[in-house]
Amino acid sequence: MQGFLDIFDIYLLEAVINGILLGGLLALLALGLNLIFGVIDVTWICYAELVMIGMYGMYYLIQYYHLPYWAAAPLVILLVALLGAALHYLVIAPLLTAPPINQLLATGGVLFILQSFATVAFGIDFRNVGIRLPVLAFGEMHFSYARLLSFAAALIGMVGVYLFMTRTFTGTAIRAIAQDRQIMPLMGVDARRIYLITSALGGALAGLAACLLVLQYDVHPFVGLSFGPITFLICVLGGLGNFIGGFVAAFVFAEIISLGGLFSDLEWGYVLAFAFFIVMMFIRPAGLLARRR
Amino acid sequence: MTARHAILIAAIAASIALPFVHREPYHLHILTLILIWSFAYTSWSIMGRFGLVSLGHGGFMGVGAYVTALLWNHLAVSPWIGIPASMAAAGVLALIVGYPCFRFRITGHYFVLVTLALSGIVLQVITATRDYTGGSLGLTPNRATGNHLLALQFDDKTTWYLIALAVWLLGLLVWRMIDRSMSRYAMEAISEDEDAAAAAGVNVTAEKLKVTMISALMTAFAGALYCQYQMFISPDTVSGISVSLQMVFAAIVGGLYVSLGPTVGAVITILLAEGLRIFFGANAVGWDNLVYGVLLVLFIIFLPRGVLGSVMERLKAQHAAFVRDRRRDELMSKQRS
Repeated sequence: MQGFLDIFDIYLLEAVINGILLGGLLALLALGLNLIFGVIDVTWICYAELVMIGMYGMYYLIQYYHLPYWAAAPLVILLVALLGAALHYLVIAPLLTAPPINQLLATGGVLFILQSFATVAFGIDFRNVGIRLPVLAFGEMHFSYARLLSFAAALIGMVGVYLFMTRTFTGTAIRAIAQDRQIMPLMGVDARRIYLITSALGGALAGLAACLLVLQYDVHPFVGLSFGPITFLICVLGGLGNFIGGFVAAFVFAEIISLGGLFSDLEWGYVLAFAFFIVMMFIRPAGLLARRR
Repeated sequence: MTARHAILIAAIAASIALPFVHREPYHLHILTLILIWSFAYTSWSIMGRFGLVSLGHGGFMGVGAYVTALLWNHLAVSPWIGIPASMAAAGVLALIVGYPCFRFRITGHYFVLVTLALSGIVLQVITATRDYTGGSLGLTPNRATGNHLLALQFDDKTTWYLIALAVWLLGLLVWRMIDRSMSRYAMEAISEDEDAAAAAGVNVTAEKLKVTMISALMTAFAGALYCQYQMFISPDTVSGISVSLQMVFAAIVGGLYVSLGPTVGAVITILLAEGLRIFFGANAVGWDNLVYGVLLVLFIIFLPRGVLGSVMERLKAQHAAFVRDRRRDELMSKQRS
């Protein structure tokens, strides 16, 4: 009996740590979406699909053009950043004065476009970049290097965004415009330019997430659906536009999924996370960290 | 009886007579699909037209289809009982999610994302309980051995066409009843300004819940009907986010604010999908959604009232101008005489 408990605890610890590692990645995804929402007041339903396109970019650069991973990653980040800027320029900008729901649904249309574009262009096969990172054994626990690497890169990415937002003029302008949309243009800030930069930055974060996800998961056109909904829920749970809330919520969610998956199938981890989300919405509708009015 | 009634009755009579004159099974199949999906899209628009944009209707549809099929396959409960049971289940789900949402004033983006979570849950539960539901591989209701009517399984297309037609008309009737009720004014006031409506004495929570329940029950019914007709359901075709988005898309393309708008949306989307399928053959995978997506974005940017909505608006404006001109002419002639 004692031995059984020991093993069980090891698994539990492993799940907890894997949850933290997963949380880093989810926090990165949530950060990009929160940035867009906080500044432009738009939810990109198609955010996960941008990540999917980025993953395909990695796959093709590495498998067809034989670029090393470290060379392909910046290219993909740039590509998805451009995609984010284009999305804003083509779809969101004409709708800025329309009801918010219309903007949301338009990005829903972009979700269809990107998904089916991938289906038509790349086929529905699962694809793999073919990079196998070793598994790190620590005591009796096993962690994949890919997860550790993405956790570290996600943290670095987030710190980078934090520094950009607090230490540069553009970052300050972005934060200012998130606080007061009307007054900033009067202060001499070009709102359109700031929106475009923010969208590109959001896209770049999606690109970074794509570079990390491609190490752990196979690419297929519908891969976005497997982590897209989770990302939205994390953002809402943390309070849309609240960066720290999103960060905390990402780790809470990741732990629920990881621990739920330990006791049963992975799907039940997701079901638990979704149910937790709905319950939390009623207890704290404005987000985990929001003060009650 | 006005000319309008006569046209209406003639149109219904013609629709009923159609399968007896034109027996081409493929055409009847497409028409039946259009009618069933029209009903589903109409159900979505019943709440969507008041700004309650739900991405949870894929969930309601999934509950409708799967509860009916599971009761039949595992407990041999006839769909005649299974369909009401599945509708009740969807109703309970709508209540559990809807009541707190409306009570705590979760609106706009937040409402959309909460309902999105609902679709996600239903999809994941169906996939997770694969021992019973067949998971992503889908589920086929057992073939009836005895009475076909009891099992609600019919082999000929004509019967299904007539059933779908009746259900579709029922959906339009519900739309009309809501359109003419006080609820409509209450809901319109709520969608304009919730606080002002509440201050004016509208019971915001109750009104929203009423519309949501009606919409959810109808969507579940559509799901059950689809399952009975197709005799195959999979999590991706009746539940999940893409089905929810598909409903939103069709309703917007057709026109959210007019009763026949969702139907026009269904006609456009299904004919588009079938047309592309015939045109591209087996390579069609993805093309229909690509066209859908582009159209959806273009529609929201350039034609947010939808095809039928815009046409009706223009006709109305023309009619108003016509009436105005005639009145002016009459006045002029009176003054002259």
